[in-house]
Amino acid sequence: MTGPALHLAVEIDGDGAHPAAWRRAAHSPDQLLTPRRVARVAAVAENAGFTLITLDDGVLPPGASPDPVGRIGAVERAAFVAASTSTIGIAPIVPVTYAEPFHVSSQLASLDHVSAGRAGWVVAEEERPEAARAWGRPLVADAEAQARESRDGVEVARALWDSWEDDAVIRSVATSRYLDRERLHYIDFTGETYAVKGPAIVPRPPQGQLVVLARPGRVPAAQLDVALVEGRDLASVAAATAAAGTPRVFAEVEVALDTPDATGAERVADLERHAPWTDQGRLRHIGPADRLIALLHELSRHVDGVRLHPLVLDEDLSVLSRLVLPALSERRLVARPLPGTSLRSTLGLERPANRFAAAAAAVAAQEDAR
Amino acid sequence: MTRTDPLDVPRPHAQLHFGVFFQGVNHWTVWSAPDSGSQIDPASFRKVAQTAERGLFDAFFLGEGLRLREVDGRIHDLDVAGRPDALTQLSALAAVTRRIGLVSTSNSTFNEPADLARRLSGLDLLSEGRAGWNVVTTDNAWTGANFRRGGYLDHADRYRRAEEFLTVARALWDGWEDGATADSAGARHWSVPGALHRVRHRGPQFDVDLAPTLPRSAQGHPVIFQAGDSGEGRDFAARNADVIFSAHGNDFDDALAFAEDIRTRLRAVGRPDDDLRILPGTEIIIGATEEEAQEKKRWIRFQQVTPATALGIAGLLWGIDLSDRDADGPLPEEDPVVAENDGSFGARRIADPRTVVAEWRAKAETHGWSLRETVIALGPQRGHVGTPSGLADKFAHFVRHGAVDGFNVTPFLVPDGLDDIVDLLVPELQERGIYRTEYTGTTLRENLGLRGPLTHRTARDRRQAG
Ligand SMILES: Cc1cc2nc3c(=O)[nH]c(=O)nc-3n(C[C@H](O)[C@H](O)[C@H](O)COP(=O)(O)O)c2cc1C
Repeated sequence: MTGPALHLAVEIDGDGAHPAAWRRAAHSPDQLLTPRRVARVAAVAENAGFTLITLDDGVLPPGASPDPVGRIGAVERAAFVAASTSTIGIAPIVPVTYAEPFHVSSQLASLDHVSAGRAGWVVAEEERPEAARAWGRPLVADAEAQARESRDGVEVARALWDSWEDDAVIRSVATSRYLDRERLHYIDFTGETYAVKGPAIVPRPPQGQLVVLARPGRVPAAQLDVALVEGRDLASVAAATAAAGTPRVFAEVEVALDTPDATGAERVADLERHAPWTDQGRLRHIGPADRLIALLHELSRHVDGVRLHPLVLDEDLSVLSRLVLPALSERRLVARPLPGTSLRSTLGLERPANRFAAAAAAVAAQEDAR
Repeated sequence: MTRTDPLDVPRPHAQLHFGVFFQGVNHWTVWSAPDSGSQIDPASFRKVAQTAERGLFDAFFLGEGLRLREVDGRIHDLDVAGRPDALTQLSALAAVTRRIGLVSTSNSTFNEPADLARRLSGLDLLSEGRAGWNVVTTDNAWTGANFRRGGYLDHADRYRRAEEFLTVARALWDGWEDGATADSAGARHWSVPGALHRVRHRGPQFDVDLAPTLPRSAQGHPVIFQAGDSGEGRDFAARNADVIFSAHGNDFDDALAFAEDIRTRLRAVGRPDDDLRILPGTEIIIGATEEEAQEKKRWIRFQQVTPATALGIAGLLWGIDLSDRDADGPLPEEDPVVAENDGSFGARRIADPRTVVAEWRAKAETHGWSLRETVIALGPQRGHVGTPSGLADKFAHFVRHGAVDGFNVTPFLVPDGLDDIVDLLVPELQERGIYRTEYTGTTLRENLGLRGPLTHRTARDRRQAG
C-alpha cells in the first residue's frame, strides 16, 4: 500500500451493473449507443475525480433478445473517450480467449498513444461457449484452458510492447536510417496453441507497459499490475488481498445508493422485478452515501483501490460525484489524477524498463567487467 | 476554365473528392526535414484530420501493415515505420472531427468477421455514420507468423475469403432492423421483439452463429473501399466496393483506361457504372510558379530517395545487395539476378528485371544520370506538380472526363503537408465549380454521393443464396 490515497475506479459499460439497468436510465435505449452518451458518462467520471474507468466487453451481446442491449467494442469506446478526456485512466476489458493477441497488443498500445499514457487493460475471458461460434474458433472449454489463453495473450502483448525500445526511432539524417534495427526485437513467442514472431507494428506505448488488471488466478501474478479481488465481506477481501501477490490490489464493490427519489433498496427491488442481479461473490453496498464512505474508509486499510459497479449509472454516478468522492477527497482519502500524469504514475507504479534493452545492457556490463 | 465554360465534356457536373492518406510504413513521407513531425503522436493525426476537414475532404484514411518490412531477413530501417492500429486511432479521431469520413484499412485474411464487423460498427456509430473499411488481402505467409493461424492462405483464396468475409459482415450489419431499438425509457423491451436476426453462416471459410450486437449507423453500414489491382481484385471491387483506392491517378490515359475497365466490370455485374468512386492515391506538389513547383519536386524526391533508399530499390531490381555501392555513381555493371520474390520489403514481383535494367541503362546513359537520379526518374512516378491554378485545370479535366472521381492525397510532410492544398488549391477548385463549398451531407456515404449500401439492393439475392 502506498500513501494515503485510495484509488477509485468505476465500471461504466451500458447503463449500469444490473441487467435491467436500462429501465431506470435517464435516456431511451436508442440513445445508449451514441457518441454523446459515451462521452458524457466518461466526462462525469472524470469530473468526479475517479482514477479509472473500465469498459466491459465481449463478442456476445450482454443480454438476450428482446433485451439484448447493444454494446460498442470497448477498445473503440475507450479510444473515443481518450480523445474527449484529459486526466482519467481508461481500461477496456479485452478477452484474449479467441482474439488475436497481435491485434489486441496493437490496439492497446495505440490506446496508450491516443490517451498519452492513460491506458489500462482488464483481462477477462469469453466464458460462454457461444463465443467460440461467433469467432469461428474451436471451443476453449474449461477454466484451465481459458486461463492458458489469457496467460499467453498477456505474455505476447507485453513482449510486443517491449519489442520496440523507447528510442528505436532515431531519424538519423546522416545515415538515412529512420530506425535503429538493433532496438527492434523479434519476440519469437511459442505457446501451446500458437506462435507469434513480432516485432510490433506500433512503437512502444508511452507508459512502456500498460497497466494490466485481472482477477487473480486467471493471469499469473507476475504479469499483473493490479489484482481485482472479490469477497462478500471485508475478511474475505482482506484474505484475497493478502494472497494476491501483485503490486496493487483493487476490491470489487457493487453499489446501489440512496438517491433523492428512492432508496437503494427500492431501486434494486424495482429492477429485480425484471431480472435478477446475480450474486458474483462481491461486496455489495445498498444504502446511503455516508455508509459507503465508511465502507471505503474501512477498505482503504486493506486495498489500494476499489472498483465500483453502480446499479444504474445515471442514478448512482451522480450520488457518487456529488456526495461520495467530495467527502473522500476532503478527508484526503482519495486524490484526483493530475493532468499530464500517466495511469501508472497515478497508481504509484514505476515505468518498467524495456526487457530487451535491459538484456542488452546486462550483456554490455558483463563485457565491460571482463 | 471557369463556371461559364462550355459543358461539352462527358461529365460536366462531376465533383472532385479528396481523401487524405496518413501513410504508415513508407519512404515517401519526408521524415528528415526540420518541420517533419511525429508519426505516432496523436497530435499529428489530429492536425492532419482537422486540416483535411477544414478543406472539406471526404475522408481521412489509414493503411495497414501487420508485419514490419524486411530485406534479406533483416528489418528494413530506412523507411518511416511504426503506426497505430487503424480502428483504434480512428475511434479517437471520431471525437475530434465532425464531418470527415474515417477509413480503416483492415485485412480480411488476418481478422475474423464477427470481430471486425463489430469494431467497424462501433466506429460507424461513434462517428455517426462516417466509417469506411478498405478491404485488403495479404498474399504472403510471412505476415501470418504474427497470428494464431500462421501463414495459411493461398494467393488464389485471398479474394474468396474476402468476399465471404464481407458477406458475413454485411449479414451482421443488416441483422438489426432499423428502428428496432426502443425510443422510450418506458418501453416494454429494449428492442422490438423479433427485429434482431441471428446470423447463421456456414461456408468454406467461415462457420459463424451469432446475434448481431449493434444497430446500423446513419449511413447504413460502413462504406466499402477496396485496394488491389489484379483482375481478381478489380472484379471483387466491382461486386462489392463503393470506392476503389487505385494506383492509377498519375497519367490521364492510364487513369481513364483503368476507370473504363472498372465501369465495364460494374456493368457486367449489373451495377450502374457511376455506382463506384475511383480515388487514386496521389501526391500533390504546389509552387507559386511552375519553376518553383519543379524545384520543390526535385528537393522532395531527393529527400524521399536517399542514397541508401536508392541502393535498396535498385538492389531489389538487381536481386543483389548493393548497399555498399555509391548511389551517386553509375549503375551497377552486373546483370540482374532473377530470383524468387520472398515478399521482402513488402515488394511487388518484378516480372522481368533484365528488360527493366536494360532500359534503365539506356536512359541513364542518354541523360548522364547517376544511379540515384535514375531511380528517381524511372521508379514509380508519383503525383501532380504545378501551380494551384494549373493543377485545378488539370484535375477538372481528369474528373470531367471520367478518369477519376478524386484523389486520396498522401502528404509528403506530416502534419503540415496538407496546408497548401487546403489553402491554395481548394479555392481554385471551388472557383471552377468542381469542389464543394460546404459538406453536402453528414455521413461519408452522403458526402461521396453514393447510393445506399449494396445489400439493400440485393436483399432478395441474399435470401436466395442463404
Ligand atoms: C493503392 C493501394 C493501396 C494499398 N494499401 C494497402 C495497405 O495499406 N495494406 C495492405 O495490406 N495492402 C494494401 N494494398 C494491397 C492490396 O490490398 C493487395 O493485397 C495487393 O494489391 C495484392 O492484390 P492484387 O493481387 O489484387 O493486386 C494496397 C494496394 C493498392 C493498389
